[in-house]
Amino acid sequence: MKRIALGAALVGLVTLPTWVGGTYYVNIASQILFYAIFALGVNVLAGYAGLVSLGHAGLFGIAAYAGAKILGGGHGHLMVALVALATTLIFSAVFAVLALRGTGLGFVMITVALGQIVWGVAYRWISITNGDNGVTITGRPAPFGLSLASPRSFYWATLLVFLLAVASMAVFVASPFGASVRGTRDQPRRMNALGYNVWMIRFLAFLLSGFWSGVAGLLFLYYNQFVSPQAVALTASAEALLMVISGGTATLLGPITGAFLVVIMKNVASAYIERWNFVLGAIFVLIVVFMPEGLVPGTVRLARWTSTAWRPRAVQPTA
Amino acid sequence: MTALAVRDLDKSFGGLRVTSRVSLAVEPGERRLIIGPNGAGKTTLFNLITGELAPDRGAITLFDRDITRVPSRRRPHLGIARTYQIITLFPRDTLLRNVTLSLLGLSSLRWNPLARLDGQRALIARAREVLERVALEHLADRPLGQTSYGERRRVEIAMALAQNPRVLLLDEPFAGLSIEERRDVLRLVTGIPRDVTIVMIEHDMDVALDFAERITVLHFGEVVIEGTRAEVVAHPRTREIYLGE
Repeated sequence: MKRIALGAALVGLVTLPTWVGGTYYVNIASQILFYAIFALGVNVLAGYAGLVSLGHAGLFGIAAYAGAKILGGGHGHLMVALVALATTLIFSAVFAVLALRGTGLGFVMITVALGQIVWGVAYRWISITNGDNGVTITGRPAPFGLSLASPRSFYWATLLVFLLAVASMAVFVASPFGASVRGTRDQPRRMNALGYNVWMIRFLAFLLSGFWSGVAGLLFLYYNQFVSPQAVALTASAEALLMVISGGTATLLGPITGAFLVVIMKNVASAYIERWNFVLGAIFVLIVVFMPEGLVPGTVRLARWTSTAWRPRAVQPTA
Repeated sequence: MTALAVRDLDKSFGGLRVTSRVSLAVEPGERRLIIGPNGAGKTTLFNLITGELAPDRGAITLFDRDITRVPSRRRPHLGIARTYQIITLFPRDTLLRNVTLSLLGLSSLRWNPLARLDGQRALIARAREVLERVALEHLADRPLGQTSYGERRRVEIAMALAQNPRVLLLDEPFAGLSIEERRDVLRLVTGIPRDVTIVMIEHDMDVALDFAERITVLHFGEVVIEGTRAEVVAHPRTREIYLGE
């Protein structure tokens, strides 16, 4: 059953450009996919490690800016990807060392501060980042001679990276290291007493989280051909976190569902409703009230509840 | 050779001296009971031995190796395991996963992000064996959150036993248990082989006295009396301090 659903979803995703109707929607689908990768990255920390970060747009943006600068320097796309991801990893390590001095609210506040520093640099250090005007690039890579210039081919390339991200998450979650990470979330003191290096486990989880945020940031750059301070703003970090929380933290499908919801609201609903932000806010409030665990676990719970409620009851013994 | 020795250990929280020149030496295989009124510094002593707290002064040795400066996360690898007075387990996970996490803590597999934990047959088989030792094998696949308090107490002990410790620190393993459950836990603890040295904190004198060979009485962070079971029980100060008479 699960395999059939998975296969159907895969076929649906691969054939999406043929049935979705128009390049506009293909582009939206690409956005959903790279934001889903971003949300999956944030989920490693917020969901599995129990460390809520409000600075991940900084890492997402560092990858995009680094990529744009390297490309602007006349280097090839392979070099762009390598340097952008290496830069993101280095900054993730720096962020982690600083942020992991605290847990809980302390961790949140340090990540906010770090994210704001990145935003400040993007906005004010004009000689490097071109300030408010952002950095524009031209051209997408053509791996193995396959050009990604068209919306369709870019979608398929993004889908491939997305599937890699999902697969890597599935492997991570089921691995002993994944269990270690979740253990440090649920009972850090016991984990330490059992011989685990809690700090190092959290540090490595941060790197994994930063890596996928960087991958998403690079895809964002190639998709938009442009990066500006808006991409690294606090609201962008909050949006990523909302994707994770609304979809369901510490689940595989939750962040993907959340990314779908946010991108759809941003692009599609905004065409019909001027105050789409209000609608998005209302939806989040409804989720928090009725499904505080997030859409995916909430739906599972509802489905279970209805299936037991509709099942014919056993004959009651008469008293 | 002593299994566990503590020399002139001091620890203060601000102006409050919770551990004051505490010294004790536990022989290999010994069963040691630590008693004392609430606030005597018993759990603090355990926290110092496991390294969760750093002493202000003094030294801790494990089988004649000085471990005072060894980080707490390394100490389980050297053979110290403990249980907690307040149950500190993983409520969302099954009993089997709880014990598996304990085994994993000493295995280099814990860093592996590519293997499948559910596929680690040897590790899981060992976790089942440990659950069998504490008579919880039939509940292996039940989430910890759905078990009784008495069962969780036994999982606490299973977590420590899984690591095959040389020195086992039990912090009030009978706390909050019914008479039958106490008997079960006592049988379990008495059944631990002699190659494990056991230090136990316990309030319940009825159960704990049968178990102890030597007893240390702590009061206001100091060792007041130490001796064999008979000596300590007969000592007039024991009554005075511990029973408040």
